[in-house]
Amino acid sequence: MTDLSNNSSSTTNTDMLEDTVWTQEIAFIDSVPRWIAMSFVAFVFIGTWWVVTAFGFVSPIILPTPAETLKDMIFVGKNLASGGYMLTALWITILEVIYGFALAIAIGFTLGVLVGETAFGEKAVMPYLVAIDTMPKVAFAPLFVAWLGFGIESKVALAAFIATFPIVVGTAAGLHAADENARMLFKTMGASRMQTLIKMKLPTGLPQIFTGLKIGAVGVMAGAITGEFLGGGKGFGELIRVAASQLNTPRVFSLILYLSLVGLALYLLVQFAQRKVVFWHKERVGSYDG
Amino acid sequence: MNTELAETQTGAPFGAPVYELSRVSKTYARNLVVALEGVDLTLRKGSFTSVIGSSGCGKSTLLKIMAGLIPPSQGRVVLQGEPVTGPRRDIGMMFQQATLFPWKTAVENIVLPIEIRDGKAAAKAALEKAHELLDIVGLKGFENVYPNELSGGMAQRASICRMLITEPAVLLLDEPFSALDELSRDMMNMELQRICREQEATAFLVTHSIQEAVILSDEIVVMKPRPGRVAEVVKVDLPRPRTLEMMTTPEFGEIVEYIRGQLDKGEDM
Repeated sequence: MTDLSNNSSSTTNTDMLEDTVWTQEIAFIDSVPRWIAMSFVAFVFIGTWWVVTAFGFVSPIILPTPAETLKDMIFVGKNLASGGYMLTALWITILEVIYGFALAIAIGFTLGVLVGETAFGEKAVMPYLVAIDTMPKVAFAPLFVAWLGFGIESKVALAAFIATFPIVVGTAAGLHAADENARMLFKTMGASRMQTLIKMKLPTGLPQIFTGLKIGAVGVMAGAITGEFLGGGKGFGELIRVAASQLNTPRVFSLILYLSLVGLALYLLVQFAQRKVVFWHKERVGSYDG
Repeated sequence: MNTELAETQTGAPFGAPVYELSRVSKTYARNLVVALEGVDLTLRKGSFTSVIGSSGCGKSTLLKIMAGLIPPSQGRVVLQGEPVTGPRRDIGMMFQQATLFPWKTAVENIVLPIEIRDGKAAAKAALEKAHELLDIVGLKGFENVYPNELSGGMAQRASICRMLITEPAVLLLDEPFSALDELSRDMMNMELQRICREQEATAFLVTHSIQEAVILSDEIVVMKPRPGRVAEVVKVDLPRPRTLEMMTTPEFGEIVEYIRGQLDKGEDM
């Protein structure tokens, strides 16, 4: 009772005093939208580029001006849009990437399950995979050309070869992602090994598997272009090599930019599939470990 | 049951033996550690038994043997007249974590044991029962919600349903609510008591909390480590149904103190 009366008297006291309201500082960058921050970086980058080229600090053969590059991009874009020879070359490279990625997924997933699920795979196969993975895979390119010729097969092989390992690792890691409780639960339910794999381990590991696929998607592009550099052919990589040998630097730049769009499209496709399939998993923006 | 009966029986379990263990020992061959030595235990129909003890007293080994997850080195383990030689559908189990799978809705998670044992068609047929169970645990309306959207307590309620869907003869509870905050834990313990009474379930609880063991159990098995063995079986003769208010009574305090004393006795820790 005394407490209550004390309270009411203190209430009247507080009425006479000022509220303790103060402003919390917010970091400036937190109030800036992402697209503005990104535009700022692009502006600084292109600005610097323009300054060093337009004022003759760098020879145009080494680095063209942004305007020249843009002009060439429009030219290449027109050729692509009108179905010219560049589109034919781009299509060849896209096919190499698609076949290479499909092959890498098939082999990588199978090896990943073998290594992640069976004790034999983990003991006997994994060490070899690690050993091969540490080799510079690009060095195999001449071998693929010797075995498969100058056609798209040797490029597909190199692209798949590079993209397979991250998928193996992602799948194997995914199969180990299930925790002890989930394993024990499946045991108490009398689940067979196949049921445990399909109904629990694989779905649990999907985020890691997709991480492997994303890294693979980046690698497959690099593999296809490297294959074209080292093994000829009629793809986009060949166009880049020819342009570079003619010191046509603006062309090299614009070809690379168009090529990067293909890589980006593949990456976004995998990311889209991940969002549809692994709908329960919250993903951080722009990170591999989606 | 009424109070008189409770007094005459001193809170002891009433039904026929459901789960019987005799002279159960477990020695791990790997390091020759004696995890369990000569454990005798009988769970009667409709009784609630808890096991309590410091870490390393062999209670998780005991639970794994009872779940058919690992074999004993010696002794007999018999559930409903049949030796336990592996996981069985008449054994229901619940863990510290709810372990609901995020790609399945609440009901789909609950019928998972049926799906594993009898296939997809049987699981579909069991959906109606899953809905009833969700109603019993107070999760009506959350049938088609994914586990990400459930709180810790709600997830454990759903995992109770998953345990009950196969109508097991014994419920093995491995610290089921220890990951919850204290308020939710008390509430879930009362829920567990109600569900066990409604289903006339035979329950076996592993816990670290003496209070939790006392408020829920008819019998408390006090275990000691090195080697893991049963030190004493304490009967709890508080009337049923138990309420949280009972935790403030002197009788409750006495039993808690007694068990604490038993646990501390001769401990080098």
